[in-house]
Amino acid sequence: MIRAAVLAGIVLALPAGAQDRRTGYDDMSPALQAMQDDPMNPAAFWLIDGEALWSEPAGTRGQSCADCHDAAEDSMAGVAARYPAWDEEQAAPVDLNGRIALCRDRHQGAGPQDRADPDILALLAYVTHQSRGMPLTPDPDPRLDPARARGETLFTTRMGQLNLSCAQCHDDNSGGHLAAALIPQGHPTGYPQYRLEWETLGTLERRIRGCLTGVRAEPFAPGSADFIALALYLQSRAAGLQVETLPIRP
Amino acid sequence: MRGRGMRRRCAKPLAAEKRRRGKVGLNPTLRATLAVLALSGTAAGADGLATPLTATPGDPARGAQIVTDPQHGLCTLCHAGPFPQVAFTGTLGPDLTGVGARRTLADLRQQIVDSRRANPDTIMPPYHSTEGLNRVGERWQGTTLMTAQEVEDVVAYLATLTGDTP
Ligand code: HEC
Ligand code: HEC
Ligand code: HEC
Repeated sequence: MIRAAVLAGIVLALPAGAQDRRTGYDDMSPALQAMQDDPMNPAAFWLIDGEALWSEPAGTRGQSCADCHDAAEDSMAGVAARYPAWDEEQAAPVDLNGRIALCRDRHQGAGPQDRADPDILALLAYVTHQSRGMPLTPDPDPRLDPARARGETLFTTRMGQLNLSCAQCHDDNSGGHLAAALIPQGHPTGYPQYRLEWETLGTLERRIRGCLTGVRAEPFAPGSADFIALALYLQSRAAGLQVETLPIRP
Repeated sequence: MRGRGMRRRCAKPLAAEKRRRGKVGLNPTLRATLAVLALSGTAAGADGLATPLTATPGDPARGAQIVTDPQHGLCTLCHAGPFPQVAFTGTLGPDLTGVGARRTLADLRQQIVDSRRANPDTIMPPYHSTEGLNRVGERWQGTTLMTAQEVEDVVAYLATLTGDTP
């Protein structure tokens, strides 16, 4: 009795809707969950690479990430749970992928980076790993609010020849099946992720590109303001869910 | 009506008249045409599209191929039905078993051409309309999911689904 009452109290204390939110991990088969839980799963190769790259000097300055940020375990803890964030220099929101590319360019002097470059992805996996299990905590900076609102508009706007919005699948029909595929709630808790379908590690950007081409819509350009707006909205929609690493998806 | 319009046209410079008509006024013939269109629009919502889109009657065998090909018709992404040859069917739309018995041809045609006429909030794609679409990918711009003949083929096939068992 007492335990039930305590549990009920905890459930009531959660933000509205938090009880019935499910991540892609929750939706996976026990076999795939076991694969994700295995620290030597296929995504681990990127993590190992990222850890090595963290202390490797790069660019014209010959400095490593560690030279400026010291131990990632301390300096990067919670960063992935908070991003996207505001970039003062561009006076615009930036996602973690973009932030790492910016550090390579601005602070290491390695020139403009390709967001999908394997080294950037490895560093992204390593930095994200430092937030393992932490709750997504949207950055409260009010300068992000207009972009987050734009993201919500994009999420609820019908797109493409199939004329479907993200919300029609991920809010209204999650749990249903599109042919064999279970429609997840679409939370960005596990990125970058190793998708068995891709046979490699990929970003949230790539995942969303897949959904957009699925409805025959024009994908967002890599790192575009619209993509980051959508990422901001997805992140606040998933607030409180835990960062998954090393994520696996079918 | 016509007399008043004539008078005004004579009294005002042409450019001003064009502007006025562009904003509020419509000539009576155009107004009558629009009224007919609006009426047929309402009728389409309530009673479907009675007139076939093409002169060639729909071919149910070709329609069956389209409906059961998940890459072409996409129907089975959302609909189950009497399609034992399709390994995985979705759950987002109603089972199409018996749909030929419960819906008229006009209804079926309207549902395929543009299901938004019957239900503005539908998630079923408009198969033969580009109206009001947003952010369509470059390679699909200006095209529809199905040609008019394909719509007729699919409608002809759906009309054969009168049995009550999958
Ligand atoms: C037609 C339905 C549909 C639409 C529309 C759609 N998605 Fe998806 N989405 C899916 C399905 C199905 C999956 C699961 C992946 C799979 O199995 O292929 C998915 C997966 C995802 C995931 C991965 C979640 C995870 O666990 O990693 C995200 C994020 C996502 N979608 C975001 C979006 C966004 C943002 C939009 C709008 C731009 C969108 N989706 C539009 C059906 C849809
Ligand atoms: C020369 C110093 C320097 C180097 C080298 C450097 N950074 Fe940075 N980093 C910064 C500064 C300064 C900031 C604050 C944002 C800005 O001004 O660009 C920052 C911010 C960040 C942030 C965001 C932290 C937050 O809390 O918002 C991340 C993540 C990051 N760096 C990752 C990296 C990675 C990964 C590397 C190596 C590829 C790297 N940095 C290399 C100086 C550096
Ligand atoms: C994205 C999901 C989706 C796809 C793809 C789809 N439909 Fe539908 N369909 C629905 C939904 C949902 C309904 C329920 C009525 C409504 O909301 O329009 C429906 C209704 C129907 C109906 C009326 C059913 C009844 O019981 O009265 C027919 C017929 C139909 N669809 C046929 C098709 C055919 C044929 C295709 C392929 C050419 C197709 N649908 C593709 C979702 C879909």
